[in-house]
Amino acid sequence: MGSWRVYPAVAAGGFRRYATYRVATAAGVFTNTVFGLILVYTYLALWEARPGLGGYDQAQAVTYVWLGQALFAMLAVQGGGFEVELMERIRTGEIAVDLYRPVDMQLWWLANDMGRAVFQLLGRGVVPFVLGALLFPSALPAEAAVWAAFLLALLLAMLVSFAIRYLFALSAFWLLDGQGVAQALMVTGLFCSGMTLPLNAFPGSLGEVVQALPWAAQLQVPADVLMGETALLEAYVFQAAWAVALLAAGRLLQSAATRRVVVQGG
Amino acid sequence: MVEGLRAYRMIAGMWIRSTMAYRASFVLTVCGNLMLTGLDFVAILLMFSQVDALGGWTLPEVALLYGLSATSFGIAQLAFGSVGSLGGRVRDGSFDTLLVRPAPVLAQVAADRFALRRLGRGIQGAAVLGWALVATDVDWTVVKVLLVPVTLVCGAVIFGSLFVAGGAFQFLAQDAAEVQNAFTYGGTTLLQYPPTVFGRDLVRGVTFVLPLAFVNWVPAAHLLARPYPLGLPDGAAFAAPLVAVVCAALAGAAWRAGLRSYRSTGS
Amino acid sequence: MADAFIELDGVEKVFEVRRKTGFLKRERRQVRAVDALSFTVARGEMVGYIGPNGAGKSTTIKMLTGILTPSAGRLRVAGIDPSRERTRLAHRMGVVFGQRTTLWWDLPLIDSYRLMHRMYRIPDARYRENLQRLVELLDLGELLDVPVRQLSLGQRMRGDIAAALLHDPEVLYLDEPTIGLDVISKTKVRDFLRQLNADRATTVLLTTHDLQDIEQLCSRVMVIDHGRLVYDGALAGLHEAGESERTLVVDLERELPPIEAPAPARVVRVEGPRQWLAFPASESAAGLVAQVAARYPLVDLSVREPDIEAVIARMYTERGGTPVSEPS
Repeated sequence: MGSWRVYPAVAAGGFRRYATYRVATAAGVFTNTVFGLILVYTYLALWEARPGLGGYDQAQAVTYVWLGQALFAMLAVQGGGFEVELMERIRTGEIAVDLYRPVDMQLWWLANDMGRAVFQLLGRGVVPFVLGALLFPSALPAEAAVWAAFLLALLLAMLVSFAIRYLFALSAFWLLDGQGVAQALMVTGLFCSGMTLPLNAFPGSLGEVVQALPWAAQLQVPADVLMGETALLEAYVFQAAWAVALLAAGRLLQSAATRRVVVQGG
Repeated sequence: MVEGLRAYRMIAGMWIRSTMAYRASFVLTVCGNLMLTGLDFVAILLMFSQVDALGGWTLPEVALLYGLSATSFGIAQLAFGSVGSLGGRVRDGSFDTLLVRPAPVLAQVAADRFALRRLGRGIQGAAVLGWALVATDVDWTVVKVLLVPVTLVCGAVIFGSLFVAGGAFQFLAQDAAEVQNAFTYGGTTLLQYPPTVFGRDLVRGVTFVLPLAFVNWVPAAHLLARPYPLGLPDGAAFAAPLVAVVCAALAGAAWRAGLRSYRSTGS
Repeated sequence: MADAFIELDGVEKVFEVRRKTGFLKRERRQVRAVDALSFTVARGEMVGYIGPNGAGKSTTIKMLTGILTPSAGRLRVAGIDPSRERTRLAHRMGVVFGQRTTLWWDLPLIDSYRLMHRMYRIPDARYRENLQRLVELLDLGELLDVPVRQLSLGQRMRGDIAAALLHDPEVLYLDEPTIGLDVISKTKVRDFLRQLNADRATTVLLTTHDLQDIEQLCSRVMVIDHGRLVYDGALAGLHEAGESERTLVVDLERELPPIEAPAPARVVRVEGPRQWLAFPASESAAGLVAQVAARYPLVDLSVREPDIEAVIARMYTERGGTPVSEPS
């Protein structure tokens, strides 16, 4: 295990790397805003036909949409974070070099992805969120304490998001097929995070299942924390439990993978 | 044009064979694609598990919108989806290798990384469309029957034009692939919901400025004998071919302008 | 020139680059990547085209192949204006980008050739004949059924060269054809190019950083710098133009003060018992060796040929220029 000072530097590197793509960031903001608009109108229609669906009123449903668009890139809901690079390194066999580095692999990638996430929250998240709040009715809290609680929920959401993608990425050691893994990540991410529909609006037992899965920790729980729809402690425990469990699973998988490193090609 | 189709066929054929080199992976990704594109429809089903109508449209009616939009988008994406990664090819310089070949560049770019797995979207859209056509209450006439395939083709041309125009834009801004996504993927998502759901200005823009409405909203309104929100004349549904031709011409012009600018600036 | 195959007359290429100068401020600046470039290459010539990074080499190649349109001037290849008749010219030229394969990564090598066969509409008989000849000369027989991703860099380069020649182009452009190759692969590629030029009179223009490529292949060298042609002639002449020097490395029995060598030779470096003497490349080494050997206790000695890259570098510094980065 290397010096602890390595990781902040790695995180800063992750931040800077994404910060250089100004045009891509602007384009992403545009896309998130467009998708946000489309979803807001459909949700308004949905909540008009069924007021109070999932315990949200119309304003809360709208806020949920913009929060989803704001966190979309940060949480890499449909993939596109560090795991793309990690899987490519596994595919090409370069991963063998990483294993000899005097740093912890999981922490190294976590730091890297955290840097990316912070940039994308600021660079891609803030503008659609503010635009949404200005143009449509919204349900934002006035108390600073709630925002602070929300930030902590975001941090935990990010840990869960990282842990899920780390597990998916490491599967490339066995599957050697990045495309399929990326697709699985996308499908589960979009559906189970509540990007298409808030999880509390899912019908019956399907709703109960998706709200118990780790993806619920990504968007649904922070949204509920922000809008005061959940007990704080319960929310944190749910997120933290999944984060710990998945990160631990990642470590197990990592050591299993290390034992069977196959350097592809030559 | 003939040269372009010929080149397209040859290059797409090579890519299909490349994918078949990993057959199991191909089957997996087709399934994955079916699931991924099916998610949009699952979201609609989930909504309708809570309500009977959305913006006044019933589930079979919305399914008709979805089927028309997803099928024509699927065709366009299969044929032109690769144009969306043009920016990357320009950035890494591999775009130049296409310019030294004796074949039209657009055909080469469109056929590049031709992904048969994208068939998934069209198949899934067509399945929903098939169900919707049976489940909706349409007063079928010969003209209405013919309108369905004509609409699908026109929709594919309109979406294809968006892909090409978006590619042309990437000559100027190589990192802006996401802007194209907003119009293409955003467009098909928008069209999956009834026009009555959206703000009037948005509907106006999507009808008169960026005429996506002719992919499904306008023809579906005719099929279902529903008034279109903007009070368009009933014959508007038959303007789709004209709209498609104009879109294709504009996209072609944008592509040529983009290519000319690339060849004079080299970036 | 009697049969000018490539003709450039006052060709210019100006790029507009935008540079960030502040958080949002951008500065627009015109960069003249190629400036008033004029030269001709005769049919069947083999010419080396060299210069530092950003000098305008690849911009020139891109204009010659029809990728880029010149900003000004007249450019013809085989009588064709490349930027106007890109596809017509494509049938008559072959291009190999050293760092970028055009072969199909996941498919056997032969599949890429079949695509060339159809894309370039090569008559069947001629395709078979050319393929057979190229496979033999480039030693590709064993590799035809191997997926390209499994080929070594050298094998892939040979595969790329064959792909560029299946349609019998009259001119072949090679951009860094030996970059990253091992010595044996380099030799194979060079031998092939020499033979191609001799047997089929294919005009060859190659850019390279490896000066042995030029020494072994090209009777003519063009040096470009800051978008201008600064030298055009035989390789030997380039040594003189840059007043190049060879180096005599002398190992003495023990450490001694710098050797008193007869002018213009002089000691340029001393390291323990080893000394380096520079002398004009145009002079014979024999006289100098004899004089040194007569007066000093020698253990060993060797003559180092001039490093042409260093020669070119000196040409630049004498012109007082500094290399600019090339927009690509």
